[in-house]
Amino acid sequence: MTQLSFIRLIAARFTPSHFAVPFPPLDSPQWHPPLRAFAIGMGAVRSTILSLVLFVTYVGIGALAHDTHFSLAWAMMGTLLVWAGPAQIILISTLASGASIVQSAIAVTVSAIRLFPMVVAVLPMMRAPETKRRQLVLVAHFTAVTLWVECYRFLPHVPRDKRIAFVHGLGCGLVLIGLVATVIGYELAANLTQTFGSAILLLTPLSFLFSTARNSKELADVLALGLGLAFYPLASLLNSGLDILVSGVAAGTIAFAVHKWREGP
Amino acid sequence: MSGTMSEFFGDWHALLVLLLAGVIPNQIWRMLGLWLGGGLDEGSDLLMWVKAVATAILAGVIAQILVQPPGALASVPGFLRYGALVVGFAAFMLTRRSIFAGVLCGEIFMLTGRWFLG
Repeated sequence: MTQLSFIRLIAARFTPSHFAVPFPPLDSPQWHPPLRAFAIGMGAVRSTILSLVLFVTYVGIGALAHDTHFSLAWAMMGTLLVWAGPAQIILISTLASGASIVQSAIAVTVSAIRLFPMVVAVLPMMRAPETKRRQLVLVAHFTAVTLWVECYRFLPHVPRDKRIAFVHGLGCGLVLIGLVATVIGYELAANLTQTFGSAILLLTPLSFLFSTARNSKELADVLALGLGLAFYPLASLLNSGLDILVSGVAAGTIAFAVHKWREGP
Repeated sequence: MSGTMSEFFGDWHALLVLLLAGVIPNQIWRMLGLWLGGGLDEGSDLLMWVKAVATAILAGVIAQILVQPPGALASVPGFLRYGALVVGFAAFMLTRRSIFAGVLCGEIFMLTGRWFLG
């Protein structure tokens, strides 16, 4: 491949036109076979830049798990069963820094609160009057920031009665990417020089910051992100074992208060 | 992949910690969303506050990794770690919010700095 055609290929992957959704039309018979919607959902992971972000994040998590002396199976089970990057990072870094199980569990529980509004927002998009709650358990499990963002983009192009199967496919595809990346990050950290090891660990803060900043559309989100970054170093001086919780609740509450104040009575 | 099966699994105690401090705290919120979600307004004040706190906690995690770096990242001097975030953020804003450009420029800054320091 010449250099020019390589640049064109890269440019095509990261420009907005690439974000077109490559699905069959809503009324197409291609949606009918039961496994077809699942397969289309699984294939949809190829048409999102967030797959790359997810991959990079989980390479970082795998590397972090290695450097803090957790086993590979532990890291993989975390990806499969927790399925929330920030929670996994908090769990690993708090346990590694000597926090007790209870302290870690509290920090993770609080960080995971944001999954609640995500699930609440995602489910109505695929719920029909006859849908049973248990049909949505797996969808709720797959719900994390990537799936949440992609549902808004993809689901309008998916027939309503095929959406659960589609999201199951999408979720499986994303988890597969996460698992492969966890293993790659773990093995890379085990075998690379310190320079490359540090580069992989730096992926996590960078990709989290930019993907969160990209999703921050309202003032409250931007403030929560900025204040949260600024408050942590201060809270860490307390050395309470719950520093993340202290800075997060303080920064988030201020951001929310400013938002309400700007909105006016 | 090298090592024996016991190396792969680690000790069962760590897996129990994963379940208690990792899996359950996350699945609780997802299942609550599934059970109670029907009657909640997405724009309500409570959910707005929850989202703001969750975002700030995530920001705290980002700061924690940079301020108290784990593993190999601890070998990178502080000004290179913070500089990578600043340079990456500048690239992110200049490229109309490209996550890819931000991550790439932050990494290049850190690696170049390390190389210069030798």
